[in-house]
Amino acid sequence: MTDLSKIRNFSIVAHIDHGKSTLADRLIQETGTVSQRDMKEQLLDTMDIERERGITIKANTVRLDYLSDDGQDYVLNLIDTPGHVDFAYEVSRSMRAVEGSLLVVDSTQGVEAQTLANVYQAIDADHEIVPILNKIDLPASDCDKVAEQIEDVIGIDASGAIFVSAKTGQGIHQTLEAIISMLPPPLGDSKAPLKAMLVDSWYDAYLGVIVLVRVIDGFLKKGDRVRMMSNNSVHHVEKIGVFRPEMEAVDLLGPGEIGFITASIKQVRDTRVGDTITHEKNGTLVALDGFKPSQPVVFCGLFPIDSSLFEDLRSSIEKLSLNDASFSYEMETSAALGFGFRCGFLGLLHLEVVRDRVEREFDIELITTAPSVIYHIYMRDGEFIELHNPADMPDLTHVDHMEEPRIKATILVPDEYLGDVLKLCQDRRGIQLELTYAGSRAMVVYDLPLNEVVFDFYDRLKSISKGYASFDYQMLEYRTDNLVKLQVLVNEEPVDALSIMVHRDRAEQRGRMMCEKLKDLIPRHMFKIPIQAAIGGRIVARETLAAMRKDVTAKCYGGDVTRKKKLLEKQKAGKKKMRQFGKVNIPQEAFISALKMDN
Amino acid sequence: MVKNWQRAGFGLYIHWPFCQSKCPYCDFNSHVSSNIDHEAWTKAYLSEISKNHHHSSEKILSTVFFGGGTPSLMPSKTIEAIITHILSLWKTSNQLEITLEANPSSIDVSRFKEYKSAGVNRVSIGVQSLDNISLKYLGRLHNGKDAITAVQTAQSIFDRVSFDLIYARQNQTIKDWEKELLSALSLGTNHMSLYQLTIEDGTVFGDRAKIGKLPGLPSEDLSADMYTLTQEIMNNNRLPLYEVSNHAFPGEESRHNLIYWRGGDFIGIGPGAHGRYYEGPKRKATVMAKSPNKWLSQIDEVGHGAEPTTILSKSEEALEYLMMSARLVEGTDLKFLKSLDLNLIKHKNIKGLIELGVILIKNERMILTPKGRPILNSVLSELIS
Ligand SMILES: Nc1nc2c(ncn2[C@@H]2O[C@H](COP(=O)(O)OP(=O)(O)OP(=O)(O)O)[C@@H](O)[C@H]2O)c(=O)[nH]1
Ligand SMILES: C[S@@+](CC[C@H](N)C(=O)[O-])C[C@H]1O[C@@H](n2cnc3c(N)ncnc32)[C@H](O)[C@@H]1O
Ligand code: SF4
Ligand SMILES: [Mg+2]
Repeated sequence: MTDLSKIRNFSIVAHIDHGKSTLADRLIQETGTVSQRDMKEQLLDTMDIERERGITIKANTVRLDYLSDDGQDYVLNLIDTPGHVDFAYEVSRSMRAVEGSLLVVDSTQGVEAQTLANVYQAIDADHEIVPILNKIDLPASDCDKVAEQIEDVIGIDASGAIFVSAKTGQGIHQTLEAIISMLPPPLGDSKAPLKAMLVDSWYDAYLGVIVLVRVIDGFLKKGDRVRMMSNNSVHHVEKIGVFRPEMEAVDLLGPGEIGFITASIKQVRDTRVGDTITHEKNGTLVALDGFKPSQPVVFCGLFPIDSSLFEDLRSSIEKLSLNDASFSYEMETSAALGFGFRCGFLGLLHLEVVRDRVEREFDIELITTAPSVIYHIYMRDGEFIELHNPADMPDLTHVDHMEEPRIKATILVPDEYLGDVLKLCQDRRGIQLELTYAGSRAMVVYDLPLNEVVFDFYDRLKSISKGYASFDYQMLEYRTDNLVKLQVLVNEEPVDALSIMVHRDRAEQRGRMMCEKLKDLIPRHMFKIPIQAAIGGRIVARETLAAMRKDVTAKCYGGDVTRKKKLLEKQKAGKKKMRQFGKVNIPQEAFISALKMDN
Repeated sequence: MVKNWQRAGFGLYIHWPFCQSKCPYCDFNSHVSSNIDHEAWTKAYLSEISKNHHHSSEKILSTVFFGGGTPSLMPSKTIEAIITHILSLWKTSNQLEITLEANPSSIDVSRFKEYKSAGVNRVSIGVQSLDNISLKYLGRLHNGKDAITAVQTAQSIFDRVSFDLIYARQNQTIKDWEKELLSALSLGTNHMSLYQLTIEDGTVFGDRAKIGKLPGLPSEDLSADMYTLTQEIMNNNRLPLYEVSNHAFPGEESRHNLIYWRGGDFIGIGPGAHGRYYEGPKRKATVMAKSPNKWLSQIDEVGHGAEPTTILSKSEEALEYLMMSARLVEGTDLKFLKSLDLNLIKHKNIKGLIELGVILIKNERMILTPKGRPILNSVLSELIS
């Protein structure tokens, strides 16, 4: 075991892309945890999707050994966290496992919405915070201004802020020293019964479920019989170790330490993050507070384009959910799309990540239906319905009233884009709660309907502010409003996968927009196709997709029929990427793109 | 029983894979080369022709086609040797058609006369455009005047002259095209091939289009309008359509190309050349090594330039016949198609397409209507779906 005073546990938190993972790289490198040869950029981002998109999705833990300037050896446990708002839950639970946070702020960008959100969470978790001003190698870096912002906007002391370039390694040594001097060592009692926090768990194809633990009191050893206090299930600890960042076995984990165990647990769902782990016998009596579970907020249907692949889809979704307990799924049937799953996600990026993984890791092409939130429906007869899918909307005549979820959104934006941002929020039925300034940047707080945000709000915000606005949100409450179901009919047939819930006042405009979009998204057919939007039985918008007029290849190559055959095959393959509704083929991307509101 | 070559003809295609320069739109098997060993090439053609005589010796040859590349760059000695050799091997029909593709920048009166005395009786000239700026765009070495001179020179030597135009080009308006087509018609040939520009992968244009650097291409509607207008003008000038892009005074159709479209027998000689012919009951599909050097050296090393031959299944045969014949105004012989494969097209699909007005059935032939022909690809894919 390591002496408590020689341990420092911390998370690295920041707004997206401010350089958390790169800073983690430098800390790993400077402490010699990974050989120079094995080093690569954003070493901890190991998933394909993480590497491809250059973002962190899953928090990662590493144990570092550090010989400090004071001549003492320390053990540092670092948790690199994701920056995107969808994965805020990863950040909050990571924070519960450590005593301090490195708050990374990109000194070319300044304080952003997630910077704020992270600070509030860190304060909630009683963390010491070390501000890190990153990217000082860039010409646009302005440390004084950003330090001032930190003090003004966040209200924390920035005098101890460290100037760092996670790229060049400048300031890394000072960062390590600040971790030792500014962050508190963990508290814990080695003589007390075992009390460990179940921080996270995931599935590994070879080892089964791996559980990330933080020991509070007592010791955890290989061979121990441990009990999960939430459900009293008992497990036998098979492997125990730490991440460096590869798994490395250790004999035991003592107070203040962070590591992993395996205990022949089959499913991630059998573990509960935030749970308290103790010994089967003579265990602790007092459980930790636990974490609030994450709640999916965005729902959509996932259907295989090739309907014969439904069973494959089922097994791939089951496999993915082994690893990601934060998304929910249940079977769904659609008149037009057949069998699929209604899945719940933490946000749109989360949705994209899961969809991408199904398509790539399991090679199943998907149709994703319009994302929706959960509506509360109060029926005339007193019945209460949670509506996850607009297709299931009951007949309006039986509905007494309906409620939709509202959020509190915090947006930070440079002055010059404020007008557009306000307009965007207003267009999305927002109610302004606050508007304050910090230097040349405004902070606006809006009360917004979640259904106006889940879809393309974030993209729109980014594009109207040229990428400078940042956004964070929290759930607020359910509130009554005048909502209706907007239906789309293609060639006179309703396409339930395109149904959405909208506010009555905006229904016609949305309907028009969707029809216009679909007109561009659906390829021409040999006949003309009416595209209509309807509320109840009433048509509110209509477009007509003209019939195809020309596609023949002009030149027929001297006797070379093979080329033409290839073309036909290509056409066939193209059709496979579409789903047939009546006589009309609709391409998969249409279901999402039709909803985008970019004008 | 009528043999396939008796039904639809038997022809010989000779591919000459060299050009003076490579056009940016072109993905034919054509290459620029400065040192061509003409003796070696002549020898290679002759020996490949001999080798292909065995499997089709009983057939009567109706056409020979020198295509490319730019066959008008071939020495007349080579052409003569090839034709002489062919005539020594096969019996030929009374009206043996021998076509040579020519590029306006390589037309030379004396050589053309030599081609004629060697037996060539039809030329097809790659005019592409009569507009100087467009010709530059298309990477051509000739200008409009050269093109006109070339056609007139050819007409003074040969009875049957055709030329190619490429339209639906970048920024071309329908008026531009109308004007250009009318002046092309004034040259008075009895055959014209009018191709809408196709952007092919792997060409300079293809690469540019991929990165969005090929602006001004016509929309689907404009290209459809151009096509319709083309039909009108050509009909008025007694050069009606007989294939998607080909127009002829009745009787002046390219008999060689008709063999392809009617599913006849043909032998392909030269780099990358394709062949299709029956040997007994089996229909063979052949292709020769694509790279000119490889083709030449392979003949030296293993005695032939061909890739392994495949035998087509009846359903493949049917599909090929359908795809080719549907391009023709005379359409598809449904009885013949069904003799190859009863199940290729479903009755229900035919019915649906008739209702849409894109095909019609007449005398047991399936014919694309004027509305259906421009969307042939979709019609085909619907027919066989
Ligand atoms: N010039 C410069 N670039 C940096 C520095 N630190 C990080 N970057 C770059 O900034 C980008 C984002 O860095 P990451 O480390 O992935 O950021 P992150 O905060 O982990 O991002 P998320 O995990 O997606 O929230 C990458 O392209 C890095 O190379 C720095 O000090 N200087
Ligand atoms: C082998 S070339 C004819 C002879 C000669 N090589 C020449 O270009 O003058 C065949 C014809 O195909 C047509 N062609 C080639 N590439 C084309 C394309 N990408 N789109 C439309 N037509 C094309 C041209 O009209 C060309 O004349
Ligand atoms: S269009 Fe004709 S001249 Fe131009 S590269 Fe192709 S074959 Fe050669
Ligand atoms: Mg990261």
